[in-house]
Amino acid sequence: MSDKNNIFKPAKNIWNKGMNRLGKFSKTDAGESILSSILAIIAGVMFGFLLMLIFVPSDAFGGLWIIISGAFQKGNESFGNFLMYAAPIIVTGLSVGFAFKTGLFNIGATGQFTVGAFAAVFVGVRWTFLPDGMHWMVAVLAAIFAGAVWGLIPGLLKAFFNVHEVVSTIMLNYTAMYLVILGVKTYVYNSLYSESASVVSEAVIPKMGLNLIFPDSSINGGFFLAVLAVIVIYIVLKKTTFGYQLKAVGYNKDAAKYAGVNEKISTVYSMTIAGALSGLAGAIVFLTKAGAHISTTYSLMSQGFDGIAVALLGLSHPLGILASGLFFGYIKNSGFYLQSLSFSKEVIGIIVATIIYFSALSMLFRNLVKKIFAKHVEDVKGDDQ
Amino acid sequence: MGFFDTLFEIIRLSLFVAIPLLVVALAGLFSERSGVVNIALEGIMVIGAFSSAFFMGIIYRATGLDGNWLFLIGIVIAIVFGILLSLLHAYASVNMNANQIISGTALNMFAPAFVVFIAQALTGYSKVQYPANSFFISETVFSNIPVLGPTIFSKTFMSVYIGFFLLIVAYIVLYKTRFGLRLRSCGEYPQASDAAGINVRKMRYIGVIISGGLAGLGGLFYIVPITGNYDANYAVYGYGFLALAVLISGQWKPFRILVVALLFGFVARIASMTTLIPFLENMNLSTELLYTIPYVVTIIVLAFTSKNSQAPKAAGEPYDAGKR
Repeated sequence: MSDKNNIFKPAKNIWNKGMNRLGKFSKTDAGESILSSILAIIAGVMFGFLLMLIFVPSDAFGGLWIIISGAFQKGNESFGNFLMYAAPIIVTGLSVGFAFKTGLFNIGATGQFTVGAFAAVFVGVRWTFLPDGMHWMVAVLAAIFAGAVWGLIPGLLKAFFNVHEVVSTIMLNYTAMYLVILGVKTYVYNSLYSESASVVSEAVIPKMGLNLIFPDSSINGGFFLAVLAVIVIYIVLKKTTFGYQLKAVGYNKDAAKYAGVNEKISTVYSMTIAGALSGLAGAIVFLTKAGAHISTTYSLMSQGFDGIAVALLGLSHPLGILASGLFFGYIKNSGFYLQSLSFSKEVIGIIVATIIYFSALSMLFRNLVKKIFAKHVEDVKGDDQ
Repeated sequence: MGFFDTLFEIIRLSLFVAIPLLVVALAGLFSERSGVVNIALEGIMVIGAFSSAFFMGIIYRATGLDGNWLFLIGIVIAIVFGILLSLLHAYASVNMNANQIISGTALNMFAPAFVVFIAQALTGYSKVQYPANSFFISETVFSNIPVLGPTIFSKTFMSVYIGFFLLIVAYIVLYKTRFGLRLRSCGEYPQASDAAGINVRKMRYIGVIISGGLAGLGGLFYIVPITGNYDANYAVYGYGFLALAVLISGQWKPFRILVVALLFGFVARIASMTTLIPFLENMNLSTELLYTIPYVVTIIVLAFTSKNSQAPKAAGEPYDAGKR
């Protein structure tokens, strides 16, 4: 044996051990899903890189580096901003994922988010008679309520009129967009900038200590609200009869009905809760000092659609949604720095879409995971004997 | 303007909304009848609209070609790019048994981001210009016949005729040919079709490809009457989804789809032409409220028509030969 082999041997051993562990992990259900999601992410980022390489080769490597290192570009400011972008899409992700669990596809997160945003801003600007400590809470609750109503409508339509929620929520997205713009123009308009007026400072969600960790970022307690929502939804889905019933309807509507679950009411509840979550996300974005204002241009807000990506990549599991929400917040944040090169931030949109497409091809990636670890899993078996 | 003149004018303009909806709903029809739900219609429309506008602009500036010959080239481009994008959906839903809603959603996210990226990378702008005015047909030999003259045969675009033509072709293909019967059987009982010797995967591929071509074309038809300066940022305003609603309200049947599309176009037009209608003008409604009308009307129509849904039974389900 030559010296060369001896030098590499320890490294090879560590590699093999690591691969064996991962191989074992890939055998479990959760492990298989997580690893195939990670492969989808890598494939998506590579696709974005490829596009940059084709169109602007000179900036491509710089672009890839910014995407990967985004949140660390400017120390605590960029890291705090990354968490700030992650917070609302974690919550819209929860909204979409929660509806998924009941077998419903909530494309309407955008509309629910929009009405929530308007309710929060309306209360934040106009209801100055509220006591200081309560103002932001009332604004958040108003957003949750408005979102819930906007989720209730497609829920009722689905349960009692058999209207497919995909179509009705899309129609409600556009309805919400136009109505909210009308509402902004009528009640809380800043005509100078053609956007909603700033909320008063008592209505801003408090920083809750985050300003000490991230002094340069405009992040606020909204991030904690997002984490709280994850915990609540986790408990509802895993530990309560109510959550179990909703999931039962999602798995098999007829079986659930047979077992005594009212599947119509479950549908209504599920959409209402999903709407409430998206409404909360609207409050998280717009109850800030950072200058978030509702624009009066005719375009849908993106956070709801991001929620779809978050939920799909997170496999609708609350903890998976937390993780994928953080991931998408991370690359979204990178997207802003990407504009310093000659790229539009749409590169991130393309990457996100590619990741979702690849995660739809879960079969392909699951097979790939199996292939990668096939050798190592057999090694593990060999060790056991 | 007299009452009839106003009415004819509204009908003429409402066709510009109804025809793209019709064509894209027919796109959805072919796909769903073969058993594949295609919510990527929106994304495919965006690709069709952008690619044809982009290349028509290039050809116009390079050769000076305009008018309806250029429009025909645009049609081919829209169809080709629509098909290219739909192949991704076909691969995911037919070969990989993927969740068709997820795959479609991914393409809907991809298309608008992709066209803005491409537009900015290639031109530095998000807008592309093409000579839409030269496609305008101001009068034909039929312009003087009553009713049809002022509504269909003057001040119009070729897209209107192609739309009606495609409707008839779609009806004949789906209901009067062996191919159509086979395609429809794959959307109802694919296992039985397979047992009868039909290649279900191939039929579904064809269904999705036809769907992609039509949806791409619908994208072009949507933008041409609106503007000669297409802004990639504005995509197609959810018209792909509206077409999906038209398909459902039309109960997956070609001529019902036409009726719903016409109704929808009419409502949308009335909403945007209140100045012509004294009764609506007097109500003094705000622009935004009027813009919600098409969407609200769609929801209401769906509420009344969805109860007895006649969706293809196997639409949305990956084909599993093991279930025979």
